[in-house]
Amino acid sequence: MARALINAPAKARRGAVIEIKTLLSHVMETGFRFTSTGESVPRDIITAFAATYNGEEIFRAQLFPAVAANPFITFHTVATESGMIELKWTGDNGYSATEQVRITVE
Amino acid sequence: MSRLAALIAAVVVAAALAGSGEIPFSERRSSYEHMSPETKAMQDGDTDNPGMLWVLDGEVLWRTKAGKAERACTGCHGDAEKSMKGVAARYPAFDAKRATPVDLSGRVNICRVEQQRAPAFAPESKDLLALATLIARQSRGLPIESDDERLKPFIEAGRTIFNRRQGQLDLACAQCHDDNWGQKLAGITLPQGHPTGYPLYRLEWQTLGSLQRRLRNCMIGMRAEPHAYGSPEFVALETFLMWRARGMAMESPAVRP
Repeated sequence: MARALINAPAKARRGAVIEIKTLLSHVMETGFRFTSTGESVPRDIITAFAATYNGEEIFRAQLFPAVAANPFITFHTVATESGMIELKWTGDNGYSATEQVRITVE
Repeated sequence: MSRLAALIAAVVVAAALAGSGEIPFSERRSSYEHMSPETKAMQDGDTDNPGMLWVLDGEVLWRTKAGKAERACTGCHGDAEKSMKGVAARYPAFDAKRATPVDLSGRVNICRVEQQRAPAFAPESKDLLALATLIARQSRGLPIESDDERLKPFIEAGRTIFNRRQGQLDLACAQCHDDNWGQKLAGITLPQGHPTGYPLYRLEWQTLGSLQRRLRNCMIGMRAEPHAYGSPEFVALETFLMWRARGMAMESPAVRP
C-alpha cells in the first residue's frame, strides 16, 4: 500500500538549490505504550533515512522514538546534473523502503 | 483534576451567562482559521498532508476486486475523481430503503456487503478510512449540501442531542461550540465544531480518523458514555452538524492539531 509522498522538482537549473520533501507512511510505534490489557507494544520505528544523488550520499538522518508517525523529512541540495535521487528509509523489524525521483538539470 | 473541574465550571458559568444561540451564518468559521501557519501549510500541500497517504491507499482499494461478487468499486462507479465529485458534501444522505440517513462510512459498508458481497469493514479500520477519505477528497472545496426534506426529523434529533446536557460534567455540545467558540479551554481555542474536514488527520491521534471518533473524544471529555460507532444517535448528530455547516467548503482530508 501507499508508502511515500515525494515532492521534488522534475526540472531545475544547474546550480539551483532545490527542496525535496518526503512523507513516509509509518506508525512510528514508540515502544513505550501499553495495550488496554497491560501488554507492552513493541517498538517499531524508522531508524535511518538517507538520500543519494547519482549514487553520492547527499543527506542522512537518524530517527528516534520521539519522531511523529508518518515522518515528514525535508532537505535541500544543489542541482548539479541530471539523474536520479534515491531515498531510502530503514527501520525496526527489517523495514526498508526506497523511492526514486528523476531530475533533469538544464 | 480540581483545576480542570474549576476550569470547566468556569466555562459552564460563562455559558450560562452568554445564553445559548446558534452561530449566525456570517460568523461561521472552519477551525482551519484557528490553526498555526505550519499546520495550515501541512493541510494545504498535497505532498505535505499525511491524509493523502489514505487517499493513495483508497485509490488502490477502489480498483481492487473484493467479495463473492468479484467486483471492484470501479465496476459500478468508474473513476472516483468523476463519479464521487461532490458526493461526500451531501452525506449523511437519506437512504429510502432503510428510511434513515446513512453516513459515508456506512454507505461504503452497505456497498461492500450488498454489491461486493464481502464482509463489512470494522469501524475506523484502515481500509474503511482509506475509501472514505478517497471519496471525501473528491469534494474538496465544494460547499456542504443539506437540503433533503427527508433529513429534517433526523436533523432535529441531532439538534436535540447537540443541545442536551450529558455526562458527569453535565455539558451540552452547544455550550462550547455555539456559545463559547473562540474562547480558551486550557490552551485550546474552542472551535465551532463544523465537520468540514472529515475524515481528517489529527496530530494528537498521530493518524487519520472519522467524525465519529472525534465525537467519541468529545463525549469522553464530557465524561459521558460515548455512543457506539454507527449508532443512530451519531448519524443523527452528524446529519445535524452537516446541516449546521451547510454551504461551508469541504476540506477533506483536513489536518488538525
